[in-house]
Amino acid sequence: MKSYDIVIVGGGPAGLAAAVAAKKAGNDSILILERDHELGGILNQCIHNGFGLHTFKEELTGPEYASRFIDQVKELQIDYKLNTMVMDIAADKTVTAMNREDGMFQIPAKAVILAMGCRERPRGALNIPGYRPAGIYSAGTAQRLVNIEGFMPGKEIVILGSGDIGLIMARRMTFEGAKVQCVAELMPYSGGLKRNIVQCLDDYGIPLLLSHTVVDIKGKERVEGVTIAEVDERSKPVPGTEKFYSCDTLMLSTGLIPENELSRSAGVDMNPVTNGPFVNESFETSIEGVFACGNVLHVHDLVDYVSEEAAKAGEHAAAYVKAGREAASAEEIRVKATGGARYTVPTTVSLDRLGDLLTVRFRVGAVYKDAFVSVYLDGERVTHQKKRIIAPGEMEQVILKKEQLTAHTGLKEITVTVETE
Amino acid sequence: MEKRELTCIGCPMGCLVTVEMENGEILNVTGNTCKIGDTYARKEVTNPTRIVTSTVMIEGSDFTRLPVKTASDIPKSSIFAVMEVINHAHAKAPVKIGDVVIKDVAGTGVDVVATRNIA
Ligand SMILES: Cc1cc2nc3c(=O)[nH]c(=O)nc-3n(C[C@H](O)[C@H](O)[C@H](O)COP(=O)(O)OP(=O)(O)OC[C@H]3O[C@@H](n4cnc5c(N)ncnc54)[C@H](O)[C@@H]3O)c2cc1C
Ligand code: SF4
Repeated sequence: MKSYDIVIVGGGPAGLAAAVAAKKAGNDSILILERDHELGGILNQCIHNGFGLHTFKEELTGPEYASRFIDQVKELQIDYKLNTMVMDIAADKTVTAMNREDGMFQIPAKAVILAMGCRERPRGALNIPGYRPAGIYSAGTAQRLVNIEGFMPGKEIVILGSGDIGLIMARRMTFEGAKVQCVAELMPYSGGLKRNIVQCLDDYGIPLLLSHTVVDIKGKERVEGVTIAEVDERSKPVPGTEKFYSCDTLMLSTGLIPENELSRSAGVDMNPVTNGPFVNESFETSIEGVFACGNVLHVHDLVDYVSEEAAKAGEHAAAYVKAGREAASAEEIRVKATGGARYTVPTTVSLDRLGDLLTVRFRVGAVYKDAFVSVYLDGERVTHQKKRIIAPGEMEQVILKKEQLTAHTGLKEITVTVETE
Repeated sequence: MEKRELTCIGCPMGCLVTVEMENGEILNVTGNTCKIGDTYARKEVTNPTRIVTSTVMIEGSDFTRLPVKTASDIPKSSIFAVMEVINHAHAKAPVKIGDVVIKDVAGTGVDVVATRNIA
C-alpha cells in the first residue's frame, strides 16, 4: 500500500476540513479513511437547517454544509477511501485499515489526524429493570431511519433526554404526523440549545418536563406506554408523582460520547472529563504527530467550531510533516479549568507554535446567570467578561492574544474560571 | 387586550418576552433584555415564518430519500399543508443541490429544493 504524509481517520466535517486545510498549507500527500459509504459523517442525517451561520453567514442544512467541504476535497484532488474501517493506529503512526477490495492493509504515515466523531451513549443509560420491548430507539438511530431510510419508527412518541438530537427529532416526528407526548429530562435544565427548545418543542406545544425521568415501561412485545416521575435533587424519583403516557415508541436522547477506542489503544492520553484526548494549541495529542479535532476531541453543538478547529489541526499537521518537531525554546504553559468551568481545549500551549491568537473552548457544569468568565495568567486576572447566562448546553470560548501571553514573562499557567463577581 | 408570551431565541439567555396586543396592534413589548428580543417578538406575533426541511422519495438511485427544504421561510400556519405536499412528492436521480423538487408549494409562492447531490 502507498504511504501518505497525513492520514485522516473519519470523513465527517472534521476530517474534511482538516484535509482541505492541510492541502492548502502545501501538503500533497493526504488520505481520508471513512467507514461509511459516503463522506459527510453525521451531517448526512441532519437534514434540518441551522448549520454554518458563523462560517457561511447563511443557514444551511447538514447535507448542504457537508457538500461545501466534500466539493473542496474533490476539487483539491485529495485521496479518500470509503467503506474503509480503521482498525488500529500504532505509536509509530502506521495505520491499519480494512475494506472489501484491499482486505486488511497498512499505511505508514508521518502524521495522523483523529476525526472519528462521537456516538450515542449506550442504552444502558436507561436505568430501568425489566423487559426491553420493541420500540425503544436512540434518537440518532431514529434520525437515520426517518431521514435516510424513510422509515417511521412509530406514531406516538415519548422522548427521554433533551439533548439536541432529541429536540430535533421531536419536531421531525411531528412533521411526519406522529404525536410527541413529551420530552422528559432528568436534569433541572436542558442539555440542548435554546433555539431548539423553542423551535422544536414550544412551536408544536410539546411539553418539556425538567427533573423528570422514565421509571417504568409498559409492554412486552412492543412499548405500550411509559410511566414518568419527577426526581429530587439527587435524581431519585419522588413517590406519588408518577404519570402514565401512552406511546408506541420511546426515544433516548441521553448524550454523545467521543469515539476514542482507536486513540486509547494507540496510547494517546485521555481527558476523563471530555472522554477525548488532551491536546495542545496545535490540536496535537500526547503522541507527537497525532492530532485530534471535531467531536472525537470534545462534543460540539455547532459544526462551525468543528470546521474551525479541524482546519487548525490540518495546518499544524502539514507544518509538522514539513519541519518536524524542533526542541521547544521554553516549557509548555498549562491551561486549567476551575470554578465552574469543567474542562478546556487545549490543555497546554507552546508559545513557539502558537499563531496570533489562542482560542480556549470550555463548558460549564451548571447554569450561571449574571456571572463572569475570567482568565488568570499565573494569578493575574486578564479577562473578566460579564455573561448574562452560561449553560452546560452551549460551548463557551475565550480568545487571548499572543502578545498578552508573551508579555507575561515566565508564564506557567492559564486558568479559565467562572466567577459570580 | 391580548397577551402573548414567547421565548426569544436571539441568544442563550432565552428572555421571556410578553407582547400586549389589541385588535392585532402591538401595544407593548416587555421582558426582552435587548433590541433583538423586541424585533423577534414583533415578527413572531404578526408574521411568524419557518423554513421547513424534510425528505421526498427518490427513484433511480441507491438512495431512497432525498432531503429537501423550502427555498425560503414560509408562514408558520402553512407548515402542515406544505408537509402534506412534500409527503406525496417524488424526485428522480440525478439531482443537484438547489434543484426545484416542488414549485410553489401549497400556494406559498415558495419552491421546495433539494439539499444534497444524488448522482
Ligand atoms: C442530531 C444532531 C444535530 C445537530 N445539529 C446541529 C445544528 O443544528 N447546527 C450545527 O452547527 N451543528 C449541529 N450538530 C453538530 C455537528 O453536526 C457535529 O458537531 C459535527 O458533525 C461533528 O463532526 P465530526 O466530523 O467530528 O464527526 P462526525 O460527523 O460524526 O464524523 C465522523 C466520521 O468518522 C467516521 N469514523 C469513525 N470511526 C471510524 C473508523 N474507525 N474508521 C473509519 N471511519 C471512522 C464516521 O463514520 C463518521 O463519518 C448536530 C449534531 C447531531 C448529532
Ligand atoms: S432579548 Fe436579547 S438578551 Fe434576551 S434572549 Fe433575546 S437576544 Fe438574548
